[in-house]
Formats: sequence, structure tokens, C-alpha cells
Amino acid sequence: MQNLTKLLVPLYPMERTAVLERFDVDRVRKDFPILTRTVNGKPLVYLDNGATTQKPRQVIDAIVNYYTQLNSNVHRGVHHLSQLATDAFEVTRRKLQPFINATHEHEIILTKGTTESINLVASCYGKAFVNTGDELIISAMEHHSNIVPWQILCEERGAILHVVPVNDAGELDMETYRSLLNERTKMVAMTYVSNALGTINPVKEIVALAHAVGAPVLLDAAQAIQHIAIDVQALDVDFLAFSGHKMYGPTGVGVLYGKEKWLNAMPPYQSGGEMIKEVTFAKTTYNELPFKFEAGTPNIEAGICLTHALDYITELGLDNIASYEYDLLKYATSQLLEIPGLRLVGTAKEKSSVISFLLDGVHPYDVGVILDKLGIAVRTGHHCTQPLMDRFNIPGTVRASIAMYNTREEMDILVAAVRRAATMLL
Amino acid sequence: MTINEIQDELIDDFAFFEDWMAKYEYLIQLGKELPLIEDSYKKDEYLIKGCQSKVWLHADYQNGKVIFTADSDAIITKGLVGLMIKVLSEHTPEEIASSELYFIDQIGLKEHLSPTRANGLLSMVKQMKLYAVALTVKN
Repeated sequence: MQNLTKLLVPLYPMERTAVLERFDVDRVRKDFPILTRTVNGKPLVYLDNGATTQKPRQVIDAIVNYYTQLNSNVHRGVHHLSQLATDAFEVTRRKLQPFINATHEHEIILTKGTTESINLVASCYGKAFVNTGDELIISAMEHHSNIVPWQILCEERGAILHVVPVNDAGELDMETYRSLLNERTKMVAMTYVSNALGTINPVKEIVALAHAVGAPVLLDAAQAIQHIAIDVQALDVDFLAFSGHKMYGPTGVGVLYGKEKWLNAMPPYQSGGEMIKEVTFAKTTYNELPFKFEAGTPNIEAGICLTHALDYITELGLDNIASYEYDLLKYATSQLLEIPGLRLVGTAKEKSSVISFLLDGVHPYDVGVILDKLGIAVRTGHHCTQPLMDRFNIPGTVRASIAMYNTREEMDILVAAVRRAATMLL
Repeated sequence: MTINEIQDELIDDFAFFEDWMAKYEYLIQLGKELPLIEDSYKKDEYLIKGCQSKVWLHADYQNGKVIFTADSDAIITKGLVGLMIKVLSEHTPEEIASSELYFIDQIGLKEHLSPTRANGLLSMVKQMKLYAVALTVKN
């Protein structure tokens, strides 16, 4: 538990006042219509934000506006609506560039989501750069989406997949990581923030160490992009993957950032329309970045409307969001630990917005069922991280994952509900 | 009692519970009290994999009737498993195969049979019927 000390020291009252002055949660909540509904007769307490976030009115209105004013295919027609839709779609790419501080707009590839972004890199980078006997490194805390594509690649190319273990607190074993890196390492693929434990990995160090042996790094930022300001140039990361729906945007759009030099050196992913420059039966030449990797009609609605989620986050400021969420995390953690028999899973020094826990002798599923009856949405199970659950020798956890619209009052409701579940189940 | 008579009796029993808490407390109690399966049957070959909670199911065929025993690692699931066994165990394969389980819906626990609940219960019911169908064909 020693790593938890930071999380258990509450913010000084003045510090907290300053946080709340910079972040007006009541105003934010008014923008999210779903937060006023009830579940099982109780006010909804939505704490499954790691799975997906709710959408603000601005995004919902944009979706309606798209279908009532803009609907048309992009990058094709010369007619007016197609021009409007294409412009709106490309605005998202233009805004994503400064959002993560990419060097070029064409380094932003729009995908279906994090999973597709990672699969794209595993497939295309793999074809170009991974050969028999090469080595890839992932960690023991990866989501299945950042395990399986690399396993498949290794099987196809006869490469070796190494796994960096985690300690009891759920932190990466950096010593082992260092020892695994060598000149045969062709890719390091790691998560920025663990979806199951909340651990924030030392990504800058991870990247620097990988680059020292010439290996590129892919960061799975699905659980980071909505909580932490990311600067891909400052991190010097080679690939970054994230999803729109976990950052208050629509489902069905995600992002792959890749350094231009890698993207240019990689073959296309899927083939068909849009990704071509010229097609003859003898030879096809490929389109330029980013379109080379965007075959077929994209999810236009989601692509366009992601802009409004980016605007929303940018206006509030990710640093303000992060300090507000950190206060909530500290508060909820200290309150939950007062419950007898409650054990946290994931006690890293650096954590973000995820509280995974177990009640001694109780299956997480049972806790989830009782919390649901009390109007609280949490996730129970292995969180698509079965190897990590095996590492801790548990079937899964109960996971409360925080977003910017959650409140201390909701944390109190959660704590009271867990107490009630404990009384019923123990 | 026939399968439907047992179902009707359970529906009557559950009508006495005033709220969801009482219902779940009953299920939890049922889960805690029932030693549902011998340890020798808690092996992978008897495991019905739900996404989250595990259910082990074993069927015996004695004197023309199917005897089900089962267990789960989650207590609420175990309570629900107990209900299923109360209803379906000790009936002929034909009765089980042709049974229609309406009680879960009527006692307000329908959500637990939804495929998205991932508790293994739906698979268990399917498996119970499959055993029965297999035995019917064999007979």
C-alpha cells in the first residue's frame, strides 16, 4: 500500500478551491443530457467512463445537424453538400493536429477506433519492418487490443513477443524493460494509462529507452487522451492510438497518429476507394498521406462531430480537467479504503481516473449487480486484460472509472452503495 | 410437481418480496445455503464459460429422470442457478426439453437471462436443455 500515500493525502482546502474555480462541474453537467436520467428508479451515477464516455449537447446537436444539413460523401463529389461535408470532416483532422501537437496534419489518420489504429500499425509496419527473429515488446497491463495484433504479427513473421511484467502495485518493471531492449527490438507497444488499474506509465522514459536501441514506440492512449494533455513531439512517440467515444465524442471514429517517416515507409492497410492515386489493371499507385490509410467511405458523421468534442475539451482545458479528476480520484480512493474488506487492485504512485477494487471473498460480478440496482454504472470483470488479472490471481475487479462530469456527491453514493453490497454479500 | 407447477409456486413465493433488496437477499441466501455440486465435478469439462462468473453443471440420469447439480463462483449467479435446478431437476428428458421457462421473467429477474449479462446463466439453461434433448434422442 505504500505507493498509495500520494492518493490518500487530500488536497489542501485552498488548493481544492483553486481547482474548482478553474473547473465548474455544475456547468459541465448541464451539457450532458443523459446525466439527468434515472436507472432502476435512482439517479444515474455513471462510473463506466473507461468503457465509454457520455456526450455533451454540443456533440449530440452536431450529429443531428450533420444528418439534417450536411449528409453527403466526402472527398469525392464536386457538388455543394459533398464540399461542405468534406470541409467539416477535414476540420477534425486540422484540429487534431494541435490537440496532440503533431508536426503535420497528414500524420493524423482517422480510423474506427483505437483497436483499428493498433491493428493498422501491427499489419502495415509489420509487413515493412518485422522479420524472422525480430523482437517486439509489450507490457503485462495491456488491453487485449494491444496484445493480440502483435501476437498475430509475431506468428506470421516468426518474431518474438516479450512482455514487461508489472509489480504488485501495478507499475511497470522498468529494469526488465531495459534488459529486454536490444538491436533486434522492432517495436515497443505500451499503454499510456492502464484501463484496468489506472497506472500512468512513464512514457517519456519508455520512448527514450526504445529510441536508444532504434526501436519505435506505439502508445495506446485510449485511457489517456481524455485525462492528460498529450504532446507527441515532446514525447517523441512514433505512433499514438485513441478513440473518439472515450473522449466525449461519437462512437466509430478513432485516431492513429504516426510520424511521417514511418507512415510513408509503410504499405497501405486496406485497399479500395480513396486510398488510390491511379488504378489500371497493370498497376495501382497509392494516394498520399493520410488518404493512403483511409480506404473506403469513413464514418463521416463521427469524423465530423468529433470536432465538437475536441472543442469542448479544449475550451475547458485538459489541465483543469486533470486536476479536477485527480481530486475526485483522491477523495473516492480514501473513502473506499474505509470500507472493511475492500482491497484496491492497482496502487501505483501515478494514477489516473480508475479505481479497481474487490471485496474480500466476493465475486466482482455480485458487487456489480447490486450497484446496478442502486443506479450506479461500473464495470466488472477482466476489463479485456485477462493476462493482468491472472498476474494478480483474481477473476476480475469492480472498476469505477471517473470522468470530468462526476462529482464528490457521486463518490459518496458509490461508497454508500459498496457498503450496502458488502453488508448483503459478506 | 410438474415443471410448470414449480414455476408457479416460485412466482407466488417471489410475490411476497417487497422490493429488489429482499429478492436479492433471498437469492444470496439460496446461493450460500445450497451445496450444489461435488468438488469432483468442478472441473473444466463441466464448466460453462460466461464472460465473468463461472458456472459448473453436471447432469445424472437416474430412473428415467435427469438430476442436475451445479455451482457458480458468484453468489447471485449461484442463487439463480439454484432456482433453475429447483425447476428443471428430477424431471424426464422429454419434460425438460419441451419446458418453457416463464418464471424468471415473472419474478422480475429477466435481466439475468440477457446474453449481455455475461453470467453464464443463459448458456446453462441451453446446456440443460441440450442434455435433455440428447437423452430424449438416445431413448
